[in-house]
Amino acid sequence: MATMTVAKAINEGLRATLNNNAKSLLMGEDIGALGGVYRVTDGLLKDFGPDRVVDSPLAESGIVGTAIGLALRGYRPICEIQFDGFVFPAFNQITTQLAKMHFRSSGKLTVPVVIRIPYGGGIGSIEHHSESPEALFAHTAGLRIITPSNAHDAYWMIQQAVECADPVIFFEPKRRYWLKGEVDTENPGPASDPFKAHVLREGSDATIVAYGPLVPVALAAAAAAAEDGHSIEVIDLRSISPIDFDTVEASVRKTGRLIVAHEAPTFGGIGGEIAARISERAFLHLEAPVIRVGGFHMPYPVAKVEEDYLPDIDKILEALDRSLAY
Amino acid sequence: MGSTQLPTPRINGTGQQFLEGAESGDPATGMVQLLGPDGTLGTDPVFSDYAKRLEPEQLRGFYADMAKIRRFDQEATALQRQGELALWVPLTGQEAAQIGSGRASQPQDYIFPTYREHGVALTRNVDLAELLKLFRGISNGGWDPNENNFHLYTLVLAAQMPHSVGYAMGIQRDQKLAEAAGSNDPKAAVLAYFGDGASSEGDVHESMVFAASYDAPVVFFCQNNHWAISVPTEVQTKIPLFNRAKGYGFPGIRVDGNDVIAVHAVTEWALEHAREGRGPVLIEAHTYRVGAHTTADDPTKYRESAEEAEWRGKDPLERLEKYLRAEGLADDAFFEQVKQDGNDLAAYVRRTAVALQAPDIHDAFAGVYAEPHPLVAEEQAWFTEYEAGFEREEEAGH
Repeated sequence: MATMTVAKAINEGLRATLNNNAKSLLMGEDIGALGGVYRVTDGLLKDFGPDRVVDSPLAESGIVGTAIGLALRGYRPICEIQFDGFVFPAFNQITTQLAKMHFRSSGKLTVPVVIRIPYGGGIGSIEHHSESPEALFAHTAGLRIITPSNAHDAYWMIQQAVECADPVIFFEPKRRYWLKGEVDTENPGPASDPFKAHVLREGSDATIVAYGPLVPVALAAAAAAAEDGHSIEVIDLRSISPIDFDTVEASVRKTGRLIVAHEAPTFGGIGGEIAARISERAFLHLEAPVIRVGGFHMPYPVAKVEEDYLPDIDKILEALDRSLAY
Repeated sequence: MGSTQLPTPRINGTGQQFLEGAESGDPATGMVQLLGPDGTLGTDPVFSDYAKRLEPEQLRGFYADMAKIRRFDQEATALQRQGELALWVPLTGQEAAQIGSGRASQPQDYIFPTYREHGVALTRNVDLAELLKLFRGISNGGWDPNENNFHLYTLVLAAQMPHSVGYAMGIQRDQKLAEAAGSNDPKAAVLAYFGDGASSEGDVHESMVFAASYDAPVVFFCQNNHWAISVPTEVQTKIPLFNRAKGYGFPGIRVDGNDVIAVHAVTEWALEHAREGRGPVLIEAHTYRVGAHTTADDPTKYRESAEEAEWRGKDPLERLEKYLRAEGLADDAFFEQVKQDGNDLAAYVRRTAVALQAPDIHDAFAGVYAEPHPLVAEEQAWFTEYEAGFEREEEAGH
C-alpha cells in the first residue's frame, strides 16, 4: 500500500505499463521534458526514452491518427489530449476511424489505442479547459470509455485500458488529480474489472450514481443526508461505455429512488441514458422519477460563475429531497 | 464626435517576390517524364537508371496490368449500371500512376489506399472480387489487409494519411530493434495514396508535419487527377502540389502520371529513400480521371469534352503499346493474350461478385468490439428473440 495522488497513480500506472508491455508507448503534446501540463507523465521520458515517450507536434488529429497507424503495426499507443476542449480536432479520427476499424475489417484488425483526456471543471480555468464531452463519445459504438475517481482505480484502470483490445477513452478527473488515496500496486482487488461499477456506500432510501470528479461530491451529499436520517447508496459508475446497468438496477430495486449526477449538460447526457434504462428494467421498483443533476444547456461558463453551473452537494441534496418527497 | 483618421495603405511591392520558386504553375515544369505520349523513351539524369533496370518481362507486365485493370473497371461500371453494385469509383486514365507505383512497392511495404486504388490492389494480389464487397454492400472492408499489406479503402478523405505515418513510425521502431538484434530482414516503407482534392484536408498537413518531424519512412503518393468531383485542382492549390513538400522539408517530385515507366522509377527511388531512413517523400503524379468521379456523377455538367479528348491523347496504355511494338518487345499475340486475360478476369469478377451473399446482421454485432460487450450482447439477444417471435407466429399458422 502506498499513498499517492490520482495524478501520481496514473503516472505509476503508465510506468508499470511501459515496463510490462514493450509495445506500449506514450504520445502527446508536452508529455516529454515537461511531463505534461499536469505532470502526469513526469519522469517517463527520462526513463523510457523518446521512442516510447513521444513529444508530438501540436496537432490532435495527427496524434490520434498516427496512434491508429501505430496500433495497426502492433503497438499500444497511449495518447494524451492536453485538455477536454481540445479533443475536437481529433473527433473525426476517433469516431470515423478508431471506433470503426475493427467493425469495417470484419474483426480482422484491432486498434488498441488509449486516449487520455483530463476533463471537467472546478479549477477556475479559462474557456475550453473545463468541459465534459463524454456523452459525445459514448454515443459512438466501438469505443469504450472509463473514468477513475480515486488513486487506486486510476493506477489499475489505466493499465487495464492499455491491455484492452478495443480503443479506450480514459477520462481523467482533472480537479481530482491532487486527491490522495491508498493504492495497492500488488493487487487490484475490486478494481480487477474496469467496466464494473462500484457501490462505495450502501444505503436503503435512495441511490446516487456519479462518476469521475463528482464521486467525492456524491459521497459528501450522502453523508450530509445521513445526518438527516436518510440512508443513501452511492455508486461510482467507473465505466461510461459500457455502463454496468446490472449494478445500478440491483441498487434501485433495493432503494426505489435514483439520482444521477454528472458535470456534463443533462440534455442528451449519460444521466438520461441511465434514467431510460432503469425505467425499462425496474419501472415497478421506482418510487419516484429518476432525477438528473448536471450542467445546464449552455457552453461551459466563465470560471467566476462555474460554482453556479457545477453540480455540488446542495444540488444533489435538493434532488434527493425531491425524490424522497415524491 | 471627432473625425476618424484612417491610415493610408502603404505596401511595398506586390508580394510576388516572396513567392519565387513556389509559383511555377506550368504543368510541364519540373515534371519527370520518360515515356512520352508518342511512345518514345526520353532521358532523365536521375531516373533513367531506374528505367534501364526494367526487364522486357516487367514492361510487358506493366502493360498487362494496366489493360487488366481497365477491363476490370469497365466490368465494375457495368455491374453498377445493372444494379449489382451500389456505386462504382472508376479509375480509367489513372492506370499508369497506380500500376507503376504499386509495382515499385515490395512485399514488406505497407500500402494505404484511398478508395480508387484498384490498380494498386491488383499489384498487391488482392482478389478483385473481394474489392467489390464494399461497393455491393456486403462489407465495409472486404479483404484481410495483413495478407497483402494492402489496407482497407478509406472513404473519409485523407483520414488514412496519419495512419500511414503512424504505421511508418512503427516500422521505424521495429527496424531499430531488428537491427540491434542483427536481423537482415529487408527494410520496409509505407506508401500512402491521396488525391488533389484530399490535399486540402487538414489530415494531409498534419501527416506531413509528423512524417517530417520523425523522418518517418513513408511515401505520400498524390494522384492529381485534376478533378475533385466537380472542382478543379486550381481551387485546392495555387502552386503545383509537389512544391508543398518543400514547406515541410522533404523532397517533392512531380511525375507524368500517365507514364508508367517514370512513375515506377520515381516511386522506386522514393521508397528506397524512405526505407534507408532518409525520411518521407511526396510524389505528385500528374494524371487525369477520364471518367466520372463515381457512377453517381455527371462530368458533362462541369468540364469540357475537349479537355477529356486532350487527355485521351496522353493515354497510358497506348504509349506503352507503341513503345513495346517499336522496340520489338511485344507482338500481336501478346496483345491478343492480354485482351483475353482481361476478359477472363472480368468474367471471374462478374461471376464471383454477383454470387456474393449478404452477411448476417449477427456478423455485424460480432464486429463492433474485439472483447465481449454487455450492451451489444443484450441488443443481439433481443434481436434474436424478436426474430424468433416471427418464426413462432409463422409456425403457429398466424
